Amino acid sequence: MRKKIIVKTYNTDILIIGGGTAGSYAALTIREKSDASVIIAEKANIKRSGCLAAGVNAINAYIVKGRTPRDYVEYASYDAAGIVRDDLLITMSEGLNRVTKKLEDLGLVIQKDENGEYVARGNRNIKINGENIKPILANAVEALKNVTILNRVAVTDYLVKDNQIYGALAIDMKENVLYVIHAKKVICATGGAAGLYRPNNPGFSRHKMWYPPFNTGAGYAMGIQSGAEMTTFEMRFIALRCKDTIAPTGTIAQGVGAKQVNSLGEVYDKKYKNTTSERVYGTVRENLEGRGPCYLKTEGITPEQDQELLRAYLNMAPSQTLKWVESGKNPSEQNVEIEGTEPYIVGGHTASGYWVDTNRQTTIKGLYAAGDVAGGCPQKYVTGALVEGEIAAIAAVEALRKEKCKEECTKESIEETREIHSQNFERIIGNKKAEMESILNREESMFPTEQLEEAMQKVMDTYAGGISSHYQYNEKQLDLAEEKIKQISELSKELRADNMHELLFVYELRERLVVCQSVIAHLRARKETRWHSFAENLDYPERSDEWLQYVNSKREGETLKIIFRDLVKRGETYEHSN
Amino acid sequence: MSIAINQNKCVGCTMCTCVCPGTLLEMNDQNKAYIQYPKDCWGCASCVKECKFGAISLYLGADIGGRGSHLSTTSNGDLVTWSIANPYGKSKEIVIDRKESNRY
Repeated sequence: MRKKIIVKTYNTDILIIGGGTAGSYAALTIREKSDASVIIAEKANIKRSGCLAAGVNAINAYIVKGRTPRDYVEYASYDAAGIVRDDLLITMSEGLNRVTKKLEDLGLVIQKDENGEYVARGNRNIKINGENIKPILANAVEALKNVTILNRVAVTDYLVKDNQIYGALAIDMKENVLYVIHAKKVICATGGAAGLYRPNNPGFSRHKMWYPPFNTGAGYAMGIQSGAEMTTFEMRFIALRCKDTIAPTGTIAQGVGAKQVNSLGEVYDKKYKNTTSERVYGTVRENLEGRGPCYLKTEGITPEQDQELLRAYLNMAPSQTLKWVESGKNPSEQNVEIEGTEPYIVGGHTASGYWVDTNRQTTIKGLYAAGDVAGGCPQKYVTGALVEGEIAAIAAVEALRKEKCKEECTKESIEETREIHSQNFERIIGNKKAEMESILNREESMFPTEQLEEAMQKVMDTYAGGISSHYQYNEKQLDLAEEKIKQISELSKELRADNMHELLFVYELRERLVVCQSVIAHLRARKETRWHSFAENLDYPERSDEWLQYVNSKREGETLKIIFRDLVKRGETYEHSN
Repeated sequence: MSIAINQNKCVGCTMCTCVCPGTLLEMNDQNKAYIQYPKDCWGCASCVKECKFGAISLYLGADIGGRGSHLSTTSNGDLVTWSIANPYGKSKEIVIDRKESNRY
């Protein structure tokens, strides 16, 4: 029997796309500041969705005693070799301690000393028990009035006309339903993109990766396709992780002071610069030059330290504890092998994402971006994402208030403008419904979705600087990557799905392919090597001051236009000009 | 990386299906939970912790060095007991107090 899609419509003041770290905090902020109605559309269930599912080991972005927000900006700027937005970093840094206090009030356990002060771990971190950080946040959101949470609902398209957002389309993961969500303001908080490149463990454990494999770049793809300006997609993020389990290394490195050593036992990290990308690069070079594998030197730590490590990992990456126990050797008896992950696009760690103003409004009017999907502001970690959710929420609430005042004067509302565009939106909704039905009712397709996903990951791995090419590429390879990704995009038009979950897989693949095209274009546009490994351009292996500028992009018709912009420096604030 | 669900211990409460960040868990015709896409598991252990009946365990795939041990938990108030059982019947337990922060 032919499968049919039912269309259901919602109206809200503010739509939040993604109920992870930034999205949840945006909802909390909106309810504190206004009585605007809110819908959160969440692909999974907000209880454990997003980056915080397993827990976190520490608050990694905090202004510890004796430090200032400006210090944090300087650190993030140095780590990104200058390609950051000062206005975004400072507004984020100023809010880090405020949101941390709020998390503690909600129930997060933070270690304190005898004077009641938070216990610092290094210059920017504080110690917590972060195992249940997401349920704490989710419970607070679930208790809010006039906030509707749509779980298992994945947003796939924006409703945009004349560069103004009017809402979004979403699919239900279980029922044959297409949701039309009309909204006056939209906050995109989908997270970044994993799964673009062939992962470390491409077989059975393909999803044992650093970034959530369920963050498929939907927010980026919708923005790109709606003509939003995007920034710095060439600054990929590669995490240095414990081999196989892809568990964090920071807890070992900072917790027990373990050094990075090569197979000869030499401490090699001092040979390279002390930045996130150089720590990966150093490990790559040691391997390439025949001194691999590389390790964190844990041999010889005390039995107490062993026990603390086993416990700490259970709170954030339990597979690492399982690995230690299963092997019958504690960390003190065997060094921990480390490796770089496949590259991700993630604005919470590097500067990739939407090009936003200081209020986190994108170049599409009424559309805000917060957390990993927002660009220009690296080193956000959890608290930075919370702050961005807060900033975007305050800005959206303020814009609603101003519009309400204006409406009262001019008697024109966004609903009326939407009415003017209603025919256009009806056509878009009709097309989406027909497209979904066509995928669900297609009897045969040349390839299954999974096979095209593997093909995409292999192309990116081989020609756009993945693990197997040691994160390096040249222009000829990027040309090939572009050509092959386009071919796979063509093939992806003919996919089929048996149910709504499989339909989501089809859309997720298409999202990733859109993001891949932007990544390739950005890698090609920056003709230097500003960050080793993150963007290792073999045609231009040196860093050049000429490239102290942003590489941005914007889709116009079928072409992706590259835009170069001057740096927004200390004391400057960027505003959209139209 | 994936999880195993002990069908004899599963009581069909559906709690695990609500916490998977990938929505990978479903109920079968016998009202028992199962993982629909085992290769898609992230290994976050959300479901393992959510299951009050100790029916769900985490294991490492052979491709990442797994040797057949399973990790499961039970909780009593703020105390979480993690058990790692190897295939030969030996197990190790680690108790964590949710009110205590990580030392590292």
